[in-house]
Amino acid sequence: MIAVAHPASQLPRAGPLPNSLQLTSDGRLQHLLTVEGLSRDLLSEILDTAESFANMNEKAVKKVPLLRGKTIVNLFFEASTRTRTTFELAAKRLSADVLNINVSTSSAVKGESLLDTLRNLEAMNVDMFVVRHQQSGAAHFMARHVEPGISVLNAGDGRHGHPTQALLDMFTIRRHKGDFTRLKIAIVGDILHSRVARSQIHALNILQAGEVRVVAPYSLLPAHVEDLGVHVYHNLEQGLRDVDVVIMLRLQRERMEHAHLPSEHEYFQLFGLTQRRLHLAKPDCLVMHPGPANRGVEIDSAVADGAQSVILQQVTYGIAVRMAVMSMVMGVRGA
Amino acid sequence: MPEIAPLLDSMAEQARRHFRQQGIAEPIVVGIHSGGVWIADALRQRLGYTRPMGKLDISFYRDDFSRIGMHPQVRPSELPEELDDEHILLVDDVLFTGRTIRAALNELFDYGRPASVTLAVLVERDGRELPVEAAIVGAHLELGAGEQVKLRGPDPLRLERIHLEGGT
Repeated sequence: MIAVAHPASQLPRAGPLPNSLQLTSDGRLQHLLTVEGLSRDLLSEILDTAESFANMNEKAVKKVPLLRGKTIVNLFFEASTRTRTTFELAAKRLSADVLNINVSTSSAVKGESLLDTLRNLEAMNVDMFVVRHQQSGAAHFMARHVEPGISVLNAGDGRHGHPTQALLDMFTIRRHKGDFTRLKIAIVGDILHSRVARSQIHALNILQAGEVRVVAPYSLLPAHVEDLGVHVYHNLEQGLRDVDVVIMLRLQRERMEHAHLPSEHEYFQLFGLTQRRLHLAKPDCLVMHPGPANRGVEIDSAVADGAQSVILQQVTYGIAVRMAVMSMVMGVRGA
Repeated sequence: MPEIAPLLDSMAEQARRHFRQQGIAEPIVVGIHSGGVWIADALRQRLGYTRPMGKLDISFYRDDFSRIGMHPQVRPSELPEELDDEHILLVDDVLFTGRTIRAALNELFDYGRPASVTLAVLVERDGRELPVEAAIVGAHLELGAGEQVKLRGPDPLRLERIHLEGGT
């Protein structure tokens, strides 16, 4: 029904995106577009609310009536299974009605613009958009143009950000480690293409993490990455030493436009997380990965499935964190 | 405002009598955050109950969510074991409109199907908007329009009368 073409000219270029758009005048969350600019209090409030939802799994009926009668549209211009399904489950556990729209950008070129798509869906009286798009700034664009009272959640935009992923990672770390100020955290791998890494670094800075390291070959690091307040390592053994948490990133093979790497095999030799390398970190170091993991490329299967891995917990907590964000933005409407 | 301790003594006595008549040895006590948990705790001590206590935060079940939004501090609900076929003593501080109790009942039933639910409140005041009645009551209060009563605590517990600007 809805085909979308979205001329790049319609969207802002990557770069600093305004964060004021996502807060109401009294500082409450009305959209979630980026982690940047969230206060420590607001970020903690999201994690606290998620904590309550995480405990809901003990209930016979894993649902609360908070968003009964609300309609949430998952608008995905990019393939995703985990993110879309956890957003969908989160919405359903809040008793909302969910509509999933997967837009295949390559085939659907009937000439409808993103704005027209938006207007058509608004005409169906929806309350919230969850949007994933290959262009940085797509969620901001939508938030700027939706009718008042409709919320937009960014489920990943280009290389810019993936705020709910970063929040669920913070939630996972907090559940296991508590206070962030004493933690050393290493983010390893394809930082260049990773919107997840960008959002994580911002979130860790806001939560005043003790030390944030990025570990990657030169060709997979963005220019001026030090400006984000991280320590840069080009050697995995050095970067892993004494860390409390290691976050492995997926090697984004589909985004490699140029030859960033000689071969995946060589990448694994130098930057793959193996049990032997993991021993360099603290003995209780958490192993995280936003998924889907390329086994044998950035992470060894034995580590991904090992005792220190919390990769599947990240998926479970993703539902609670998304429920928290959805209920908080919807709760602002009447205020 | 009345002193709390005599009200709690009276509530404990009413509960003892109530559950004896019903032939129930020890119900599961469930308090509603925050005031209800304090009262539930005090009642359990007076009654010598030993089963773990439940705590409910009804924020996710409120009927005014779309008007006032998410309470900034939602605490996790904790309920012990299985609720199926259990007798529940549900405890709150003030019974006013009855909407909190409606929400609490909805939440309880998402955990299981209790055999019975008995409501105990420290203060019952005028202003019911739903057919909700407490079996165990510490004190009855008639308050003027624009007046509210609030339990402060946890240590010491005391009741406070609040005058709202312009009434409700």
